Amino acid sequence: MTDTVMNAGMNAGTVAFQADGSTGARKGVQVNRLDGGLIKGSKALNFTFDGKRYKGFEGDTLASALLANGVRLMGRSFKYHRPRGPLTSGSEEPNALVELRSGGRQEPNTRATVAELYDGLEANSQNRWPSLQHDFMAINDRFSNFLTAGFYYKTFMWPAAFWEKLYEPIIRKAAGLGSISFEDDPDAYDKGFLHCDLLVIGAGPTGLMAALTAGRAGAQVIIADEDFLLGGRLNAETFGIGDLTGAAWVEQAQAELASMPNVRVMPRTSIIGAYDHGIYGAVERTADHVLAPEAGKPRQILWRIYSKRAMLAAGATERPIAFENNDRPGVMLAGAVRAYANRWAVTPDQTVAVFTNNDDGHRTAADLIAKGVKVTAVIDTRAEAPKVEGAELFAGAQVIDTKGRLGLEVARLRLANGATRDVPCGALAVSGGWNPNVHLTCHQRGRPAWREDIAAFVPAGDLPQNMSVAGAANGDFSTAAALRAGAEGAVAALSELGIEAKADALPEAEDAPINVTPFWYVKEGKGRAWLDQQNDVTVKDVKLAHQENFRSVEHLKRYTTLGMATDQGKTSNMGGLAIMAELAGKQIPEVGTTMFRPPYTPVSFGVMAGRSVGEEFRPTRKTPSHKWAEEQGAEFVEVGQWLRAQWFPKKGETHWRQSVDREVLQTRNSVGICDVTTLGKIDVQGKDAAAFLNKMYANAFAKLPVGKVRYGLMLREDGIAYDDGTAARFAEDHFVVTTTTANAVLVYRNMEFARQCLFPDMDVQLISTTEAWAQFAVAGPNARKLLQKVVDPEFDISNEAFPFMACGEVTVAGGCRARLFRISFSGELAYEIAVPTRYGDAMIRKLMEAGEEFDAVPYGTEALGVMRIEKGHAAGNELNGTTSALNLGMGRMVSKKKDCIGNTLSEREGMNQENALKLVGFKPVNAAEPVQAGAHLMNADGEVSAATDQGYITSAAYSPVLGCSIGIGFLKSGDSRKGEVIRAVNPLEGKEVQVEVVSAHFVDPEGERLRG
Amino acid sequence: MIINHPILGPRDSQEFTYLGDATLIDRPDWEADDAAGQFHDYLYLRDNPAGEHRELWFHEQGDRSWLVVTRNTVTHEILNVELARDVARARGRSK
Repeated sequence: MTDTVMNAGMNAGTVAFQADGSTGARKGVQVNRLDGGLIKGSKALNFTFDGKRYKGFEGDTLASALLANGVRLMGRSFKYHRPRGPLTSGSEEPNALVELRSGGRQEPNTRATVAELYDGLEANSQNRWPSLQHDFMAINDRFSNFLTAGFYYKTFMWPAAFWEKLYEPIIRKAAGLGSISFEDDPDAYDKGFLHCDLLVIGAGPTGLMAALTAGRAGAQVIIADEDFLLGGRLNAETFGIGDLTGAAWVEQAQAELASMPNVRVMPRTSIIGAYDHGIYGAVERTADHVLAPEAGKPRQILWRIYSKRAMLAAGATERPIAFENNDRPGVMLAGAVRAYANRWAVTPDQTVAVFTNNDDGHRTAADLIAKGVKVTAVIDTRAEAPKVEGAELFAGAQVIDTKGRLGLEVARLRLANGATRDVPCGALAVSGGWNPNVHLTCHQRGRPAWREDIAAFVPAGDLPQNMSVAGAANGDFSTAAALRAGAEGAVAALSELGIEAKADALPEAEDAPINVTPFWYVKEGKGRAWLDQQNDVTVKDVKLAHQENFRSVEHLKRYTTLGMATDQGKTSNMGGLAIMAELAGKQIPEVGTTMFRPPYTPVSFGVMAGRSVGEEFRPTRKTPSHKWAEEQGAEFVEVGQWLRAQWFPKKGETHWRQSVDREVLQTRNSVGICDVTTLGKIDVQGKDAAAFLNKMYANAFAKLPVGKVRYGLMLREDGIAYDDGTAARFAEDHFVVTTTTANAVLVYRNMEFARQCLFPDMDVQLISTTEAWAQFAVAGPNARKLLQKVVDPEFDISNEAFPFMACGEVTVAGGCRARLFRISFSGELAYEIAVPTRYGDAMIRKLMEAGEEFDAVPYGTEALGVMRIEKGHAAGNELNGTTSALNLGMGRMVSKKKDCIGNTLSEREGMNQENALKLVGFKPVNAAEPVQAGAHLMNADGEVSAATDQGYITSAAYSPVLGCSIGIGFLKSGDSRKGEVIRAVNPLEGKEVQVEVVSAHFVDPEGERLRG
Repeated sequence: MIINHPILGPRDSQEFTYLGDATLIDRPDWEADDAAGQFHDYLYLRDNPAGEHRELWFHEQGDRSWLVVTRNTVTHEILNVELARDVARARGRSK
């Protein structure tokens, strides 16, 4: 009758277990196993629960196999640690949560009702100590009057200091359900992308009919179902379709779908969310049903499905009726009891009673009786209840309490005539009607509407774009209606895409109405009637919330935690809403529902992360000299995605400072080589290239001669310094500009913005060439001599022919094209030489070989940093998003004669004050004391406070040249305070160092070396 | 979301980088008398409509086009997609 995705069925080879000679053997092993069903009875599967060994069959879930073995108790509740068994047979399960597997594969909070049984499965109960049968924390249940709704809010308010030290640790310890092993998950998870004309969500009668209709029309179809068996409720019911049993019709449909190359059938696949523009998230569990994934295969796959049209055929979820002590193991939904009997050939107990407010509940009684299970009573809340054969009917009666230790033994009834009656039963099948699974229709803006005739919310309003809803999900509960809606829905969806499909003659199927009379909870009793069994929310809690004026559905949810557990209240929200409506004297639609959000069912972190774990968390970019640097034993550092050599330790060096000091001194005394490929490189070409750079940089570029390089400072539009680099002019219409490593992507993006959005008619083209060129700095007094050995002799790179700030195209090593720039970050005579990236490895080897006679040293980012601090060059620490050109001592560079990004707002008064911060250098008065980056500057005397703050140190290093620690940073009016002794303070560590204000150019302030 | 690129057709929004309000195209004239005031408004004042919004997206993982996307911020419906260069020209921008 309903095609819920929960209890579906698939597998072309699944054949009903025939009631032949083997049934006796089945029953002999498993006390509650029945005849028939869709399990494969040929081979028993071994599994353990809490260390105890059991047997089940292929096609079982963990829950069905445990029930077959007479195990009803499967978990403990979250708050009161009440003993609990399965309420359902599907993904909406609130109670039967277990820890599956162990070690790195341990997975907490797995619903036993959907865990597919396999040989060797290992499961453990959770949230109990020392055992499921004897749980110490069940003491909480005795204090339930105290632990009611809002308990945390009321109790832990005061005193505030107790929260962090006392309450939170206790709550954290007590909270949560399952545990994790803290071992690395050994399995892989993948991500993938799929496209289709029609996505069918759910493979019950509606979904299968839709997929058949669309598939026959030639459309690209994906049909997904969270169950391992296609068929939905057809597998759980006894009625057939046409001349076939439900399961046989499903098998036929599945075979036809499998024969169509345009149809992709995806069992074990949950559609977890409906996103913008027809995009759906799906989790396919490719290996959760086997002991371990095959080598190289993922455990789960996260799919992003791009659909032109989607049909939600997700079926419906049955809802319970709340009554006193309705949470004892054995109290289950009627549809679930029927599903266990018909699909899994299991009864939760040999004596069962049924409690219902609708006709559908009677089917459970009929099906169980047909299977030989003793039905001790059918309790119908309606006075006009249909007749029952084979069981005693109590019309107009209610269940007012239950009894039994660790499981149901007796149900106590209040009869229509007011008398009480105790009915013995080990299971009670409860039906309060069915709720369409509207969840995915609400993932954007949809708000469901109330339908009186079925007493349930149905999809309405703004559905996700291009989604339609059909079958039980739309409130059409009969099988005939589902088949019709599936076929007609597919025709309608495809016609919007211009694909003609036909709703062929539909097979005959049952078309019975559900005849439900709303009945939400039994009023008799103390109110310990459970709504949300996972979060232990009772009717009494809802009443308390109402009494304390938490009456809106959103308040009700948060105050009581109704619907906030891992099942998101699939079986409990409706009951809570209905009770709140009654208390508030409102109609249910006036009260409304809370919002459903993705994911539809819980999703593992593993599949969300996919392959982005460990070293693969993000891409690693390696410099062209990486392999060579590895051979030298370099230490590497992550710079964004790049791995750069940090220093190159030599034999005998025990501290990184020894390596760095050596690299600095050897570079300054002879020559050093550093891979600077990571700096961003942008090729700027076109007639208006110079005019474009004038807009991009604060300083002017129009008059830069060909063959020359100029430093460029880039501002943000608000006047703050943004990035710096060099622009080399190779031709009138061709510049090569560099950016800092960190801003390479952003500067390029901003330049494209300016080019396309601000100056659309400029004749200029940009291309990022960061990865096209391997670039090396060659610095030190012997740099030219070294390069003269590498650059081909026809290129004159003498000081006269190729002076400071020259650039040009040359060839190296006998004809390899290269670009040479005479620029210096270290303050030494220095060049940067670039070759096509594929020659980068050869180039570093060539440079080192040529440098051998000069004792050339490779240097890493640390020595690079030390040398730029010694020279007083600004870097990321100085261009920190708060400093202007004026602060950096480059105020005069900002041209007033032209427009550029940021120059107008850089003239604001606040950014040009008399006592503005200025970049200067700092030396400790006592050379043995270290200067710390981040230290704040205070006058020589007076208090240390934010009010007296004079600035801060941005970068510091030990200078092997000066033999002491040095720093650069920003000091108020710093440029006029040289010689002054002030304090650099670090109040966090209680440190204070006397420093002298000096020029930031510690080494070669006149710049003689770099021009030599 | 899916953005219907005027040149490349429908592309996943993950390929794009979002900037914000398309009024960033209307950069003021630096020589205007109240240039500072105009730049202040240009840089700091934005409408934040619940509804139709023209905004700038950069196809960073694609052809590097800047696009002006007209999107309903409530429903995420995309009503129009244009090349930002065409929009800029239509709004009188040149060099």
